[in-house]
Amino acid sequence: MKYMLLVYYSEKEMSDSERDRCYVDSARLSCDLAAEGKFVDASPLQLVDTATSVRVRNGKTLVTDGPFAETHEQLGGYYLIDANDLDEAIGIATRIPVATLGTIEIRPVLEIPGLPGEKRQ
Amino acid sequence: MNEASNINVRGTIDELYRTESRRILSTLIRLLGDFDLAEEAMHDAFAAAMEKWAEEGIPANPRAWLVSAGRFKGIDVMRRRSRIDESGAEIIEHLEADNGDPAEFADRAVKDDELRLIFTCCHPALAPDARIALTLREVCGLTTEEIARAFLTTPSTLAQRIVRAKAKIRDAGIPYKIPSHDDLPGRLEAVLHVIYLVFNEGYSASSGDSLTRADLSGEAIRLGRLLLELLPANPQAAPFEPEVRGLVALMLLQESRRAARSSAEGDLVLLEDQDRSLWNQEMIREGTQLVRRALASQSFGAYTVQAAIAAVHAEAPAAAATDWAQIVALYDVLLQVAPSPVVELNRAVAVALSDSAEAGLQLIDGILARGELSDYHLAHSARADLCRRMGRFAEARESYERALALTKLEPERRFLERRLHDLA
Repeated sequence: MKYMLLVYYSEKEMSDSERDRCYVDSARLSCDLAAEGKFVDASPLQLVDTATSVRVRNGKTLVTDGPFAETHEQLGGYYLIDANDLDEAIGIATRIPVATLGTIEIRPVLEIPGLPGEKRQ
Repeated sequence: MNEASNINVRGTIDELYRTESRRILSTLIRLLGDFDLAEEAMHDAFAAAMEKWAEEGIPANPRAWLVSAGRFKGIDVMRRRSRIDESGAEIIEHLEADNGDPAEFADRAVKDDELRLIFTCCHPALAPDARIALTLREVCGLTTEEIARAFLTTPSTLAQRIVRAKAKIRDAGIPYKIPSHDDLPGRLEAVLHVIYLVFNEGYSASSGDSLTRADLSGEAIRLGRLLLELLPANPQAAPFEPEVRGLVALMLLQESRRAARSSAEGDLVLLEDQDRSLWNQEMIREGTQLVRRALASQSFGAYTVQAAIAAVHAEAPAAAATDWAQIVALYDVLLQVAPSPVVELNRAVAVALSDSAEAGLQLIDGILARGELSDYHLAHSARADLCRRMGRFAEARESYERALALTKLEPERRFLERRLHDLA
């Protein structure tokens, strides 16, 4: 089954060079996971300064600067993986470089058949 | 079929339900891949047995019969559901293709199923209170009402907790398996922790129906024994056996003092004041034996060391004859295995009794000065007790008052008030 691994960490506590290093290590992990047949998709996100939040209320669109919630740690990237069970997903989460600094939230993907984008299968 | 043999069949089935239903359930969960479906299928199988066995006699292997019947019942239910939900068809095909290998019902396979069930119910991805509730419900077979009563919550809250946990097992893909060798130490730790929490709920809590509480301790000991019986059969898990032995020993040694721990009025009786003739010698013997074997393995952990400390107390014919030096040495080991300020505090009390009250007080003041235990009532009552022994009554009173302000348990409150009264 598919799992979304959401990577949270405190952006402020990482220097630019550390972040670059982290991207390289994460890209390597993506390649390893692809070789193991567990990889679906992954990407780092631009820093939270670039976030925009949108809400539609009573037909009106509200656009605000900033993320969904202001917290100490921010969503910094994601992996979409194909794992046999939660234990395997936990094992993969421990291999994500940021796991030693921040938190990886594992969310099973609710798969709805018949949606476009079957290439993910 | 005459009435007498009907009664005989019912008696056999009741007995089987008591002794085998948890095993049958754990195998059905593996075969059907669904907790609720497995439970429903198991009850259907027992109902079917009542009918069939009255006609055809009791089969040679009743457990295999019940698992097999439950499996067919489960597939039936799935088939009915799949008329509504197409996605079930593939699972049913898979289930039917696997035509009930007799090896499924062998003792070894069934033991592994029980172990799978314990590890799944205690999975760290479940909230700690959900782990306890699920383990008591699924592994021990307690009713939701019984668990709710013991944990002072409503049956509906508890039922919700169990439903949510089962939904997470299904939706998040928590596997029904014995963890891999790498994961095993951490997972076993979570299992032992659940068992010890269940035990302590039955042993330490001072509110609620005391009978139910004692049942919980008994259930925890039974679970520990079950793990001891199951683990050696599993080569992956065998290296972790000593610590399971240690936990069972610890629970037995603590449980052995139950009758001596409170007075007829329900007041606390301290270890040193307990009537040692009330201690359960059989539990002490078994616990001491288990702890010896665990210590000999050289690969034990914190439960084993705590059990060893309890064993030293148990061996002393009177409080004054306690080998405090040995207890201090064991606390030194415990501080290495599982360092914590509470362990330090207990060590300080042992130092006070083996060395001098001054030495103990100095250690306690050191811990309190770090601020880690300043809200822990037992730190203040231990300090008070040492001051009292040393004749520093004003300080003792101050510390007893501080402890009194922090404790939430009624018998402890009464105990501290009595001490304060004696000082006046």
